[in-house]
Amino acid sequence: MPEPIVQFNNVRKSYQMGMFTVEALRGVTFDITEGDYISIMGSSGCGKSTLLNLLGCLDRPTTGHYLLGGEDVSGMDDDSLSAVRGARLGFIFQSYNLIQQLSVVENIEIPLYYQDRPEAESRERAIKLAKRVGLAERLDHKPFELSGGQQQRVAIARALVNDPLVILADEPTGNLDSASGVEILKVFDELHAQGKTLIIVTHDPTVGRRARRTIRLRDGHIESDIRHP
Amino acid sequence: MSANNPPPKNDSAWRGLSVARLQRAVRLGIRSLWLHRLRSLLTVLGIVFGVCSVIAMLAIGEGASYEAQEQIKSLGSQNIILHSVKPPDEQKVSNQGSQSRVLQYGVTYSDVQRITATIPGVTVMLPARIIRDYVWNISHRVDCEIAGTVPWYPTMRNHRVASGRFFTEQDMAGQKSVCVLGAEMVPMLFPMQSPLGKQVRVGGDYYQVIGVMEARGHDAKTDDATESKDKSAAYRMFIPLETAKLRYGEVLMRRRAGSFEAERVQLHELTVKVASLDQVTIVAGAVKAVMERNHKKKDYQIDVPLEMLRRAERTKQIFNIVLGSIAAISLLVGGIGIMNIMLASVTERTREIGIRRALGARRRDIIIQFLVETVMLSGIGGILGVMLGVTIPLIVSHTAGMKTIITIWSPLLAFGISALVGVIFGIYPAVRAAKMDPVEALRHE
Repeated sequence: MPEPIVQFNNVRKSYQMGMFTVEALRGVTFDITEGDYISIMGSSGCGKSTLLNLLGCLDRPTTGHYLLGGEDVSGMDDDSLSAVRGARLGFIFQSYNLIQQLSVVENIEIPLYYQDRPEAESRERAIKLAKRVGLAERLDHKPFELSGGQQQRVAIARALVNDPLVILADEPTGNLDSASGVEILKVFDELHAQGKTLIIVTHDPTVGRRARRTIRLRDGHIESDIRHP
Repeated sequence: MSANNPPPKNDSAWRGLSVARLQRAVRLGIRSLWLHRLRSLLTVLGIVFGVCSVIAMLAIGEGASYEAQEQIKSLGSQNIILHSVKPPDEQKVSNQGSQSRVLQYGVTYSDVQRITATIPGVTVMLPARIIRDYVWNISHRVDCEIAGTVPWYPTMRNHRVASGRFFTEQDMAGQKSVCVLGAEMVPMLFPMQSPLGKQVRVGGDYYQVIGVMEARGHDAKTDDATESKDKSAAYRMFIPLETAKLRYGEVLMRRRAGSFEAERVQLHELTVKVASLDQVTIVAGAVKAVMERNHKKKDYQIDVPLEMLRRAERTKQIFNIVLGSIAAISLLVGGIGIMNIMLASVTERTREIGIRRALGARRRDIIIQFLVETVMLSGIGGILGVMLGVTIPLIVSHTAGMKTIITIWSPLLAFGISALVGVIFGIYPAVRAAKMDPVEALRHE
């Protein structure tokens, strides 16, 4: 059994909303090993987004510990968290979140930009990844010149460019028609086959079922954690 | 490979300011500004006009005060100059009066004696009689001031002889009919030939031209501003004082409609040279006291070039303060314009900020990105302003004939301040961008 790369240990997260305290996560514990393909599901308001923000080091747990690659990130300061995001995580969003005034290649390069990698090396790596997701012809196009499926593939290339420990996807097919969605899911399958660790947050059962393991949340608790055959 | 990534460390924090990253930030900034060309241009205009007005106004002010100071200096900073002035109440009487009378006023020979006898530290006295008349050369005529004066006039008034010579003690003692012409009147009296050795006629008398003075270096237009009372100062002919006494006596007759008017003035101008510069003010006070005691009416005027110079310097200081405030205000307005646009830009780009933060940008990276844009805006504004500000004085001195001086430090100062304005007014929007919560920023529509 390899060492888990993600360890959630009784993580709680609460928000102060005026006079009320909203408990978004009420003690969540799970491990993820390298190469796993996980979907996180649940109805809205169950704490999915909170969990994703915590997994993505965009937010810190109120109590409990989160170990990413064996390192406790739950108490890190803002700069360290930024560095962790840039070096160890890949993000794929529902609405692609590409920067409109940058070209395809430049969008893919962004995570490397903030790690002070040599420019030529970054450029080379970005082009390689753009080709890998089938956008070899559109390197200098702007995001608005691409279809939704193509934009999401740019986002996937961007999530891969820094060789992350974990790729986090938030409803990656939510804005796509079914054909494009299926294509994106195929890309995920390939990534999984190559040994990447994927965590997908979704409420679409067909997406959820493709994963190897589904964690279902309800009212801030883990309701079920099943491994698909 | 993925597991081998080095764990992030805090000590790499200051690598964020590496030259390479700054270069990329500048390139990113240029693109972002170019994307909103019109907006950037309009934002920059505030700074352009601020910087430009500072430089242009400084150049014009500097030129004007330089001219004034040069002119005052040419009077001699160790000199005290007394002029005879027709007292104002006498002027009234003579204007309405139908009777003929002799009006007596002004600086007298006894004043000269009193000053030399009572005030120590007075080295040379320079008396002068000034008569207004036409000077003729056959058919050429110039309305001119004929100044009867002493041989040491050129050295005392810093006014040198350009060609020929000035008259000597012998000329004066012999009451010779010789004259020295001002450079400005020579071309009018003697076009195309040298006046030296020729004769000029004044009234019924002939004078031999023995020398020509140097041109004063400034034109009649600026003379008006400082010496408005003698308009023809540019046209002056010098003759020995004794000759003037002989020819004109002390009473001047002027014919008017229905009456004669006579004026008796012994000396029109008297220059007192003080031995050392730091005594000028004291001696001027003493001269004033002596004159006040012996003249019941205020029929004289005392000019102290050194005090005029000091006044001019003080005026220049005040001018600089006023200018500085105007510059500060216009740059402040420009800075507020930039800040306003940058705040709008930050709000507009909230999502981009969120994306960059999610992909590894630290707060510092966001601050640099926005600060670089602001500094570039104000820097470009500064450069354009300097170019415009250097051009305007050139145009002014070309078209309006005013002297302008662009000092080296004024464009540097203006540019420096504009860049500083960029930093100061850029900090707040940049910090606001950096402080955004990445989760909130990503959710922003």
